[in-house]
Amino acid sequence: MSEMIAGACCPVVTIDGQDIDITSQIPSDLTPFEERVDETVIRMRFLVDGIHCGACIQTIETALKQHDGVKSSRVNFSTNRLVVEWDETKTDVYEILTVLARKGYRGVPYSAAMLEKGKDDRDKALLKAMAVAGFAASNVMLLSVSIWSGHFSDMGPHTRSLMHWLSALIAIPAIIYSGRVFFDSAISALKQGRTNMDVPISLAVVLATGMSLSETMRGADHAYFDSAITLMFFLLVGRYLDHRARGKARAVAEHMLSLNATAVSVIQDDGGIKVVTPDQVQEGDRVLVAAGERISVDGRIVAGSSDVDSSVITGESLPESMTIGDRVFAGSMNLGQPLTLEVVQVGESTLLAEICRLMEHAEQRRADYVTLADRIAKAYAPVVHTLAALTFFGWTLFFNMGWQQALLTSVAVLIITCPCALGLAVPVVQVVAAGRLLKNGVLLKTGSALERLAKIDLIVFDKTGTLTEGNLELLKQDSWNDKDLAIAAAAAGFSRHPLAKALHKAAGSTVKPVVEDVREETGCGLIWEGEGGTYRLGSRKWLELEDDGNSIGPELWLQYPTGRTACFKFSDQLREDAKEVVGKLKKQGYEIVLLSGDRESNVSLVAQQLGIKDWKASCNPTEKLRFLEERRAEGLNVAMVGDGLNDAPALTAATVSLSPSSAADISQNAADVVFQGRLLKPVFEALYVSKKSDVLVKQNFALALGYNIFTIPLAVMGFVTPLIASLAMSSSSIVVIVNALRLGWTISKGKSET
Amino acid sequence: MSGLLYLIPIALALGFLGLLAFLWTLKSDQYDDLDGAAHRILFDDDDRPLQKDPSEK
Repeated sequence: MSEMIAGACCPVVTIDGQDIDITSQIPSDLTPFEERVDETVIRMRFLVDGIHCGACIQTIETALKQHDGVKSSRVNFSTNRLVVEWDETKTDVYEILTVLARKGYRGVPYSAAMLEKGKDDRDKALLKAMAVAGFAASNVMLLSVSIWSGHFSDMGPHTRSLMHWLSALIAIPAIIYSGRVFFDSAISALKQGRTNMDVPISLAVVLATGMSLSETMRGADHAYFDSAITLMFFLLVGRYLDHRARGKARAVAEHMLSLNATAVSVIQDDGGIKVVTPDQVQEGDRVLVAAGERISVDGRIVAGSSDVDSSVITGESLPESMTIGDRVFAGSMNLGQPLTLEVVQVGESTLLAEICRLMEHAEQRRADYVTLADRIAKAYAPVVHTLAALTFFGWTLFFNMGWQQALLTSVAVLIITCPCALGLAVPVVQVVAAGRLLKNGVLLKTGSALERLAKIDLIVFDKTGTLTEGNLELLKQDSWNDKDLAIAAAAAGFSRHPLAKALHKAAGSTVKPVVEDVREETGCGLIWEGEGGTYRLGSRKWLELEDDGNSIGPELWLQYPTGRTACFKFSDQLREDAKEVVGKLKKQGYEIVLLSGDRESNVSLVAQQLGIKDWKASCNPTEKLRFLEERRAEGLNVAMVGDGLNDAPALTAATVSLSPSSAADISQNAADVVFQGRLLKPVFEALYVSKKSDVLVKQNFALALGYNIFTIPLAVMGFVTPLIASLAMSSSSIVVIVNALRLGWTISKGKSET
Repeated sequence: MSGLLYLIPIALALGFLGLLAFLWTLKSDQYDDLDGAAHRILFDDDDRPLQKDPSEK
């Protein structure tokens, strides 16, 4: 049953009964990743590719549990990770990985230390702070309501005093515990000579608490513990929502480490093989890369020749044939034969590290972006604090009020102006917008992504994998018939070359493995003995056919023993709605540019099809980065949409960046927005929602500030009692939240219009 | 008013109990895989003891 579900949902092959040689695909020594639980039991963690639905959990877990020696296995569906514990004496990691591979999943071991644990802890700390504040807020409110109603009935001063003391007892520890989130951030901002939203928040909370405590001590009528703690609770809710929105994307980012997670087989002087982690490899070492393995060093080929798929790095969909002397880069996939490499660069000087550095560099500039909330806080805090000071001096100097009473009034000003609604205005809109977008397959990674999206003038697209689907499809043509396809596809099943894979896929279920002994000639094609003689499937050049000038794009030729040939042409299809979306974006006044690392002929064809006038081919990562920086220097806000590793620096340099979920992990890591599915529509959707939510955020700020315009005069005049303070604050928060919820239906309404 | 003397502690104790329960769920990693839990509830076969012969399924 479980297998049926898995087969139905997952685009993976379940290969039961057939032998899989897993050892050729993974390094031979994985001891660096082992964790010892006790003498015989070993625990190992894997990142698993191909988990798509709930049934996958069951497929994996039952398969592993039925395997002899496995003590426990647990899939984390949110993060696509797997923890397995097994008895060393009964099974080993290869058997585990084989079990996974049989079910169609690829497991990559990782060590827990590699992933940042700290961020997880922060999530929990926020949740704890929120829980404590929530508990305290509800209980203090319970007491406060009694006090307020006590004003109208017969509550004696002693009972009230008891209630105040109890409130203090609950609120103060809770504020000290939960408030650290704001205090820490406020203090670090002040240390750097800046102010942020947390400064007025912290000040208001601390002052309100302090004043309430002193009022309680002298047995006065009013205490503001409820305001202080409720404020804190609301703000923590906002903070947690904000944090959660990014949590999911963080998991994606951590997946990127799987690029580096593979171990490297180094050939030693005596001919033996030692397995080390990538950072232990020395320059000049000779490294063995098995067929189907990801290359994890930058090197030069010294023995063997093979097809290397470097799509992660260049964005090119076709693999290149490489032979002795050619350079290969970490992150590429070795598709054909085993290769021996001489390591040219290690660690910090590899291409991967170079790209990471470019990204970091660009990242620093992006960090300069100040969110709207912080900009408002910057102006807001001084105004509020001056106002409170003026209140104090005004009352003492001009109205001869006692300094204690004047201090109370000015603290009331601070409480009433506390930016509760301001603190909620942005996160709530973002959460609602993110929820809406998520339903449309758009994942927002950074909090300010929406804000930045709303300001875009220019959109830069990458070609392969962004405007196109990134996988090759067989074109239906007269140059081949079904019989040709059946024969060719049967042989193609033996190869890992993308064209062969596309051919195999196109044939679908009609393929019967009628051929045997297929030999692959790297960079040329496949050759096998079949009915009537030797068949060949490969490039036109290898088959020595003359060029008739008709070859546009990738193709494969099948040659029968009789000499008859059939030609299969492939193309990377444009996303179904690419033309429509590009058209719509142009209509909305966005400028569109196409930058690609692909060959000129391919790029111009796509640009022509989509009606993009501005395009550039054969761009390397640095050129893309430079283009973006130039445009930004001109004062334009640029959105970059791309998927390849070569796009990563440009993605980071853009005002805001989008990646399809099929993108290289590193690009997803760099992007602010990740969109799923086969359509390009989410890009349009994201821009549309960003504009809507920008309007809402501004409305929210206007509402929150408008509220203050009414309440501040009351506070300055000294009319604010705790009841009014609580009511004002809660209701302004609620108004802001309700306004944000409107986004839900403005979008669904807007959809029918567009 | 003397009712308050036990009502308030009871109210506080109940709230505190809720808080403790929440902190416990947090500590026992129940929020680590929210999506997975939503799917796991649909699996109808319970975990079998590991020692059993797997062929019996």
